[in-house]
Amino acid sequence: MATTTEAMDGASALTPPSLSSRAKARMVSALLIAPLILFLTLVFVLPLGGMLVHAVENGEVGAALPGVAAEMRGWTGEGLPPESAYAALARDLKAAYGEPRLGEASRRLNYERSGYRALLTRTARSVRAIDRPQAGWAAELTAIDPRWGEPATWAALRRASPPLTPYYLLTALDLRMDNNGSIARAPAEERIYIDTLGRTLWIGFVTTLLCLVLGFPLAHALVSLPRGFASVLMVCVLLPFWTSLLVRTSAWIVVLQKEGVLNGLLTRLGIVDAPLELVFNRFGLYVAMVHILLPFMILPILSVMKGISPSYMRASASLGAHPAVGFLKVYLPMTLPGVGAGCLMTFIIGVGYYITPSLVGGARDQMTSYFIAYYANTTINWGLSSALGAILLACIMLLYATVGRLIGVGRIAGIQ
Amino acid sequence: MTTRRAGRLCAPIVFAILIASGSSHARDLTVVGFGGSLQDAMRTAYFEPFSKRSGAPLIEESYTGGIAKLKAMNQSRTVTWDVLQMDENEMTLACDEGLLEPFDWKSQPNAADIIPQVKAPCGVGAFVWSKVLAFDPAKTPGVKSWADFWDLKRWPGERGLRKQARMTLEIALLADGVAPDKLYETLGTKAGVDRAFAKLDQIKPHIRWWVSGAQPVEWLAAGNVVMTSAYNGRVAAANKDGRSFTMLWTQQLYSADYWTIPKGTDKLAAARELVAYMTSADAQKRFAETIPYGVTNGRASALIDPKVQPDLPTASQNMAGALMIDTPFWVNNEDELQQRFERWVAQ
Repeated sequence: MATTTEAMDGASALTPPSLSSRAKARMVSALLIAPLILFLTLVFVLPLGGMLVHAVENGEVGAALPGVAAEMRGWTGEGLPPESAYAALARDLKAAYGEPRLGEASRRLNYERSGYRALLTRTARSVRAIDRPQAGWAAELTAIDPRWGEPATWAALRRASPPLTPYYLLTALDLRMDNNGSIARAPAEERIYIDTLGRTLWIGFVTTLLCLVLGFPLAHALVSLPRGFASVLMVCVLLPFWTSLLVRTSAWIVVLQKEGVLNGLLTRLGIVDAPLELVFNRFGLYVAMVHILLPFMILPILSVMKGISPSYMRASASLGAHPAVGFLKVYLPMTLPGVGAGCLMTFIIGVGYYITPSLVGGARDQMTSYFIAYYANTTINWGLSSALGAILLACIMLLYATVGRLIGVGRIAGIQ
Repeated sequence: MTTRRAGRLCAPIVFAILIASGSSHARDLTVVGFGGSLQDAMRTAYFEPFSKRSGAPLIEESYTGGIAKLKAMNQSRTVTWDVLQMDENEMTLACDEGLLEPFDWKSQPNAADIIPQVKAPCGVGAFVWSKVLAFDPAKTPGVKSWADFWDLKRWPGERGLRKQARMTLEIALLADGVAPDKLYETLGTKAGVDRAFAKLDQIKPHIRWWVSGAQPVEWLAAGNVVMTSAYNGRVAAANKDGRSFTMLWTQQLYSADYWTIPKGTDKLAAARELVAYMTSADAQKRFAETIPYGVTNGRASALIDPKVQPDLPTASQNMAGALMIDTPFWVNNEDELQQRFERWVAQ
């Protein structure tokens, strides 16, 4: 009896507390990572989601001209809309006159066609004076501005009024939706974003390649050189990491410009007759970008190389392999996760650059991020800015998935 | 145990939030300008005397234009700017979107003296600036017009222009012989825009594009360009430092910058007081004598030192053949023209 009680006590003392302590431990660990989750949600998931929403969001016209938006939903889009649409427009414009939402709607409509901003604000100003239209609203509004009698104006209004729009994404891909709703390429003199995206990816690719060509031997030197020399070299690699981006970039201008340090040296040594064009072009951009991005390539490769025991190479040599064969068949495959991680990191950071291209690049070297910043900061066209960002993001995700499929995401992240 | 540990974890976070929110309570009046030699002049002429007179500190910030931050502040209802310098284009856009306090002329003791062209629904003119052709007469003597800017045979070398459709297309048409009073009529047609781009094509390989107002003067000094478009105040500041650049006043392009008050500021009365001070005749006289930009208070013009007068964009002899930048035109057309311009530049 005593033993049973003891045993039962023992059991009750053992099992339930161990359960609750496990739950406690789980709670503690949940609490420990809660700040991280909160941080990621606040600074990563929400803004990114917000950006993607901005790329298709289209509430401006609907908010300022709700009656027109309702009329547009019921209209076929052929020719001119019925009188009721004109009446709704007059009513909405009167109600929205002087309100910020009319300004936002005008900005949105101006994207469809230049000049529609003034059309809307001017019509709103004039329509207030008319209480009872003599010949109907269609005639009155067309008298204020003949463009209200053109089907193109109404087609633009119809495209701009639904709550979601493909407009920004299409524009970011150099596409247009015409008045019939079919999608076509933009006129030649307005196509710009696809070229820019291609250029961005190309610059990212070349920079990554250059970083790899320079970074791989350097990383290898860092693991194989004597300790003292290697640590000096390591400081040289990390130094650009600790310097402000602007300072590093401006320093390259000083070195590479026409009257700069390098050109002065080359001319004085008689190597060149006239100073070379080394900056404000693609060459200068590559030099500055490789300099900044090199640590992102070297560090992951280095961390992988440090884990490779020299005995593997010795083993391959003892089995009769030529050092080159040993390098290609034994050493190189083992460094691939580091190479993959380094390339991916360099490329992803590289394609997002815009301060460096704008400072040391020429007019033909501007990347997608330049336009993202331009539309976000200068013209507050957040829709187009987000759409360009979404497309750049899609390209990077596609690349990530491809590389992940080839090498394995876990290996890139260094988990496996 | 867990709660205590959790408490230990949370305490710093709560503390940080408290600090962050506490700091926004005691906010001083904040004025925002475009920085550089321009803001230095504003500090001497406006900010320091105003702060001394009112006895309250005045915080300065600077930005490079763009209405994104204003919009973000407005949306998050944390307006930390009270008085803001803006160009006419952006003021018009921001005003339409309801980001600015409608200008209350009744609160302005100088309302009657302000020249009517710079009285806007959401702001009052701060100063008149001008974009001029600047060159070094020692290297390229005899330059007389924007047409000469295109003469690569007589004056070989790189040219500096701002990387922006606004004003660059105007310069191209002025160089092509379009009269200032017909300019926007021409630019309003597709043929006119084509004509401007065709003209720019002639010197495209020799153009170096500048982005910030300080660059053209630096490039001119370093010999990277032989002539450039530049803001008159920047060229004057360089000449004050010992350079001897020439500014071409004929065919100057001019516009005004404005003082505006962001909507939602909790320091409306103090902000209005500052704007009133900065548009008073005495203060504007001091400003124009520090940096030669045109004044917006009619009474100030007469007070300015006669030696400075010829350097002002608004001097009558400088106004001959001048082009006033048509803000409504650009508010309507900038999206499209800038996009075409960007594409053309990148080709």
